[in-house]
Amino acid sequence: MTSTDNPGFVVSLREVSKLYGRFAALRNVTADFAAGKLYLILGENGAGKSTLLRVIAGLIRPTRGQLEVLGSKDIRSIGSQFGYMAHASMLYEELSGMENLQYFARLYGISDPAICEHAIRTVGLDPSLARRAGQYSQGMKQRMSLARAILNDPKLLLLDEPFSNVDVTSAREMARLLGEMRDHGRTIFLVTHQPALLERIADESVWMSAGEIILREHGVSAEAIASGVTPVQRRSDAP
Amino acid sequence: MTFATTLKNTLAKDLQLEWRSKDAINSMLFFALLVVVIFSFSFDLSPEESRPIAGGLVWVALLFAAVVALNQTWSRELRNSVLDAYRIAPAPLESLFLAKTIGNFIFVSVLELVIAPLFVIFYNLRSVGPVYQLVLASVLGNWALVVNGTFFGAISIRTRSREVLLPLLLFPISIPAMLAAVNATANTLTGEGSAYLPLVFLAVYDVVFTAVGLFLFETVLQAE
Repeated sequence: MTSTDNPGFVVSLREVSKLYGRFAALRNVTADFAAGKLYLILGENGAGKSTLLRVIAGLIRPTRGQLEVLGSKDIRSIGSQFGYMAHASMLYEELSGMENLQYFARLYGISDPAICEHAIRTVGLDPSLARRAGQYSQGMKQRMSLARAILNDPKLLLLDEPFSNVDVTSAREMARLLGEMRDHGRTIFLVTHQPALLERIADESVWMSAGEIILREHGVSAEAIASGVTPVQRRSDAP
Repeated sequence: MTFATTLKNTLAKDLQLEWRSKDAINSMLFFALLVVVIFSFSFDLSPEESRPIAGGLVWVALLFAAVVALNQTWSRELRNSVLDAYRIAPAPLESLFLAKTIGNFIFVSVLELVIAPLFVIFYNLRSVGPVYQLVLASVLGNWALVVNGTFFGAISIRTRSREVLLPLLLFPISIPAMLAAVNATANTLTGEGSAYLPLVFLAVYDVVFTAVGLFLFETVLQAE
């Protein structure tokens, strides 16, 4: 089912809530996100950032509200147009990185191994590495997971803490790559607790707290990076 | 992405994973061998006495051993949330179900090929009826076991005690199929009674439960 209600937006949420029993992981979230931007999703643990990404990816159905992604309300129908990277690596530990990517690529109808090799090289890894993914370091797993998420050249990329356990140099390299993808028209949602890495790259910071979007601000505020406080804390600390 | 291509790729991947880890095959073999040895030492039977009960013993060993493989099927997909990568991919979910079922069928068949000669040796078995009926009973009975096991394994993946829940769901639903498989096997081994009706029943059971599994699998997998 497609809709043209919000033609300019890649993601549109209308009063979206996700309840687990009496606990609301998302509360009446209403927001529109334009194409070709890199959005940072920020907030304390339990704010609903990962839930928001999983709802957009179609992995969780909202309890209430409406959601439109890439012009469609049926998210499974646009599966080939977005990539998702979770906390977990989403890799088979018994297979090498290249074998993992080749399997997932075929699920997207991609049979050319050169595309997988390119994705692996893009994230700074060696496609000929025969080691099984279970023997990778955490940082290598993260990068291979990013390679898996980008191998179908997605229009929309959903990344949940891609820099966790990644060394600073590699994280900066990943951030640069994401900036390039954004410059090529891709829309990126990125949950992170390290906003400084994307200080000059991110277009907008989306602050969440207790399942709600509480603030959207242009770029990444220097104050938040320096002090590490959320807008809620900033407001409550104000005289 | 076509159904057949995804099925082939997923099956090849599952076989490769099992070849490297040998998690399911090793534990199934160990379990089934234990059952064969324990029963053979518990009963001192002549060939005539063992024929009527051997069918039951074989299928009990297979049923319990298969649960080990069926539990492995989905835990492998849950590790590192790999199943989520499949759920968001534009590949037909039913092909995942069928690939897993065929993979499990292969694992249980390999197990059967190993333990069948052991049963013959330990219980001095010699079939009075035609051997092709034993092969048919084995193929149809295995499929009945794995198609339900794969489906109920998918239902139990989101529960904490899935290793316990799977047999609780699988065993009751498998009783009719197991009774038919035991009857077909025992009737063929003894040459008393026909294996035709139990085999027809098994074939119908397999078709019905495969169709139900394929029809409901997407709902089960996307349920929260």
